[in-house]
This record gives sequence, structure tokens and C-alpha cells, in this order.
Amino acid sequence: MAAKWFRGKSARKVARQSVDALPDGLWTKCPECNEILFNKELEKNLRVCNKCGYHYRLTAWERLQITVDDGTFQEINAGLASVNPLGFPEYEEKLAGDRQKTGLQDPMVTGTAEISGIPIVIGVADFSFRGASMGSVYGEKVARAFELATDQKLPVIMFTASGGARMQEGILSLMQMAKTAAAVGKHDRARLPYIVVFTNPTTAGVHASFASLGDFILAEPGALIGFAGARVAKQAGLIHRPDNFQTSEFQLEHGQIDRIVPRREMKSTLVKLLQFCTGEGIKDAA
Amino acid sequence: MPPSVWNILDFEKPIAELDEQIAEIKRLTQEQGQDRSEDIAALERDRDRLIQEIFSNLTAWDRVLLARHPKRPYTLDYARLIFDDYVELHGDRLFSDDKAMVGGIAVLDGQPVVFIGQQKGRDLKDRQYRNFGSAKPEGYRKALRLMRLAEKFRRPVICLVDTPAADCSVEAEERGISESIARNLMEMSRLETPIIAAILGEGGSGGAIGIAVADRVLMLENSIYSVIPPEGCAAILWGDPTRHKEMAEALKITSAEALKLGVIDEVIPEPLGGAHRNVEQTAKNLKAAIIRHLNELNKLPIDELTDKRYAKFRAMGEFEDLSLAEAQDAAASG
Repeated sequence: MAAKWFRGKSARKVARQSVDALPDGLWTKCPECNEILFNKELEKNLRVCNKCGYHYRLTAWERLQITVDDGTFQEINAGLASVNPLGFPEYEEKLAGDRQKTGLQDPMVTGTAEISGIPIVIGVADFSFRGASMGSVYGEKVARAFELATDQKLPVIMFTASGGARMQEGILSLMQMAKTAAAVGKHDRARLPYIVVFTNPTTAGVHASFASLGDFILAEPGALIGFAGARVAKQAGLIHRPDNFQTSEFQLEHGQIDRIVPRREMKSTLVKLLQFCTGEGIKDAA
Repeated sequence: MPPSVWNILDFEKPIAELDEQIAEIKRLTQEQGQDRSEDIAALERDRDRLIQEIFSNLTAWDRVLLARHPKRPYTLDYARLIFDDYVELHGDRLFSDDKAMVGGIAVLDGQPVVFIGQQKGRDLKDRQYRNFGSAKPEGYRKALRLMRLAEKFRRPVICLVDTPAADCSVEAEERGISESIARNLMEMSRLETPIIAAILGEGGSGGAIGIAVADRVLMLENSIYSVIPPEGCAAILWGDPTRHKEMAEALKITSAEALKLGVIDEVIPEPLGGAHRNVEQTAKNLKAAIIRHLNELNKLPIDELTDKRYAKFRAMGEFEDLSLAEAQDAAASG
């Protein structure tokens, strides 16, 4: 009973970054089931609660570490940085704060890497930078990643996350939807594979552009996925909604994604999809 | 209060008063048979001067109100004036027919075209019927189906945009509203036929761009194009929806700002006092601009057309490259 109640309640929470670290830093309380978790165990379990399966958010670097072959990631376009095109109040200060907090210039980290020896272009969004909102840099990095992949005939894997558009960049942030979708279109026309993994949360402008255009769309369990960002939905007064509204499970049920894949099985699943598309590394007939 | 008063914005009230005076004198003239044409002409001059004065000082929020004006002409009002032989076509062939997204075939200045647009309703019943101009996935899929039709027969696509936002209801989510918009963005970016989009009133976020990845994007003077409504943005960023006026300014959502930011190609002037004071003139201006752009696009080979469309959206956005700046610094100091 208790577990069910928590699931219904927590499924709608988006911005829950509270790790609830206990004072000594050795233990963490699971925000889903309240289980007290030993931090070292949690790390070993890829930051997934071993009792209820709650998937903690990962930083871009944590995600890359558990996804690509050791030492193969080479970042591209790391120097791209946001400006304040509209002269929007307090935008620079907010950017500066997030840069200091995360060590990133933008939520979107892109580069080349290998997965099980298969060369890929990969992008990972980090929610801790401006809620992974998509502004000009995010859009530019995604577009450049697809253009590089098209040019070098490589698959693309995108681990998406986003609270929505970078409102402080106004209409320019909206245009990133068109820009990224167009870049996917060129890669698609070149018959190259594109795999998307929705991580918590993938919403709004990102969800309604390049993120929904994968040949394969996977999702981590319990992620918030949807068109209207949580705060926009609240603004729109969307009240009558099912308990699992806008979760990975809801999207699977309604035919919007291919599979929900637990973190522990993610890499092996990606490898199978890449092998299917590229024909590389497939086992010989017994 | 008669309903007509609700349809007048605060800053339009002095104009409406003069309009009433003019109408009253005209009525008296008819009843009494006196010639008051000089008085009328004088009052009309005063009124036009007043409109000019008011409209040269509009704030961004005033433009929002004009874009959402209850008397503002809607998509089909323009379609009737711009196109000949419009034949409406229905449905997405998958689920249903979205009344917020209309479209079909038509003739523009002797040229067969496909027309697609968002339609708002005028009275309460009609507004509900049109879902307030907010299309669901079936609307975006209907639009894409019509674009494919246009591509097959190499007919240009004319998209008329007027939506507060795409529908974000539970059912829209169930049927993949994000996917439907995303697919349109990708397919429009490579559609092998000319596309012209014109924003007539509200260019509301993903709902708008879902039919606006075009070779030319035009905006009526008093329309807006925004990633989020100013009220919502003020609530989210500043925790205070009552700061919508300030936010409208900050978000740079007017046609003049969109042009400056390189997001649109041309602002189409509206007649004195806004589109609702003279639909015919607005439609004439819009039609002339669409035909002019279309004639330019028709000259381009398809490959060049789609390459240019890609490059156009590819170039949007502003950022800096720190690695370049560092390299330059290093070169300068070295």
C-alpha cells in the first residue's frame, strides 16, 4: 500500500533534486521509498535504489562513464557558451551561478565515443545546469553533433533531459526546435541510426523536437516525459490527469516509446540496437 | 454594458468615442438630409491623428492585446479574401479531424496552392468548437498530410499561424503531441516544395512553429511570436503572473523584435488602428507579400530551395565560442 501511494505522489514531481544526504555523507535516503541507502552501494548500483528501483539523476559525466567504453569519449564544441541575446534581466548571473555549480558551459555535453567498440556521436543533457533548458548553445551543439555524425557516417545516441525552452533567450530558444529537428532530418536521410534515451525529465521544446525523432526511443523507468512542462501544465490548469500522467510508463502504454530500460541494462540494449543498424559485432551463427 | 464595449481595448477607448461621434453625425445626416460632410471629414482627421499617436506609442503588452483582440480577423477571414476556389479537406487519416487546424487546396493569384492554418472561434460556442485555436496531434498530422499532398504535386504551401499554444490536454499527450510537432519540424525542413508561413495573431510556441518551418516567415505588424505567453513566463521565472507587461517587454515578442532577431523575414503593415479596423486592406497587404515571396521562391531549383531553408534555421541562435576566443588570446599574447 505504502509503496503504491508514494509512486502516485512522486510520479508527478519534476524538480526533485533533493538528494536528502544525511549528515555524515555516507548515507542517502531514497526519495521514492525512504529506504536509507549506503552511498557506496548506491554508486555501485549505478545510482538506482536497490529496494524500489528509483533512478537518481546523473550528471553528464556520470552518464558517460557508465555508458561509453572507458577512455573513448572526446568532447566536441565544449567552448560554446551562452550570451544574453535579449538582454534579459539576471540571465548572466544565473548562467554564472550554474557554470560555477556544475563546471559546465551548457547542459548539453556532446562528443565522439565508442560503445562496445562501435564508434558513435553522443549527447548527454545535464539537468543541473538551468534545468537542462534548451537555448542557442544546446540547440547548436545538438545540430553540430548530428552534422558531424552525418559527415562521418556515425550513429547518434542522445540522452535527453530538459525542463523546456531557455525562456531567457525568448524566440531564439523556440527556433532551436526547428534547427535540431532539421539536423536530425539530414542524418535520417543518410540512413544513419539515431537512438534516443529519455531521462528524467524530458519535456516541452526538447520533447517536441529532436528528442521525439529517434529510430529507437528508450526511457529510464519513472522519468517524467511530456509536452507541457510541469509548470506550464500547472499554469494551464491541467488537473484531471491519471496518476502516472507523463511518466515513462504512461508513454509506453500509449505507444509513444519503444521500451523502458533500467539503467543496468541500458548499455547492453544500446549495443544490440547499434549492432542491428550497423551490422557490427553480431555473434556468428552457432 | 453592451457586448461591443468588451471588444474595445482600454487604449482604443478614445478612438471608439470618436468613431461613435462620427457614426452619430452620419446617422443624423441621413435622417435630416443635411450635408455635414465637412464636420465628418474633420472628425475623421482628428480620429486618424489620434490613432496614429496611440499606435506610435504601443508597448509590447499592447501588442499582445492586439494580437488577441476579440475582433481580430482570424485565419479563415483572410483565407476568404486571399484565395480563390478554396476546397477544405479534412482529417489526418489516423484518428479524427481537428477543427483547430484547417486546410485544403486553393488558388492564389492563378496558382494552385495548399493552404493550412490554425482557426480560432469568434463566440463562445465557436471557440469551443475550434478548441481556442489549439491543435491536437491530429491537427499537426493533418497539416503534414496536406504538406505531403503539396509536395507530391509540387504545389506551394501557405501556412497561416494563429494559436495561443498547441493543446496540452491528457488526450493530446496520449496521442503524442510532441511527436506530431517534432515530425512536422523535421519534414518541413526538407519538404520539396516552397513553404510560406505568416503569423496573423498569436504565434504561440511549439504550436506555432509546428507549421512554421518555412522558406519565408512573415508577421503581421501587431502579431506576436513567443516561446511562452508573458503571463506564464512571469509566473514561472518571477513567481508573479501580474508582471506580464514587464515580461512581454523582456521576451521581445513583437514583429519588429522578431525581425531584428532574424527569426522572420518581413513585417506586413496593418492599416491604421490594427487589422480589425480594415480586414480587406490587411488581407490585401498580406496577399501581396505572399505573392511577392512566392514568385521569388518559384524561381529556385528544389535542391537550392531546401538547402536555403535548412541554412536559414540552422543559423538561428546567438552564442559565443570560448575556445575561439582563447585561441585568439593565445595568438595575440604569443
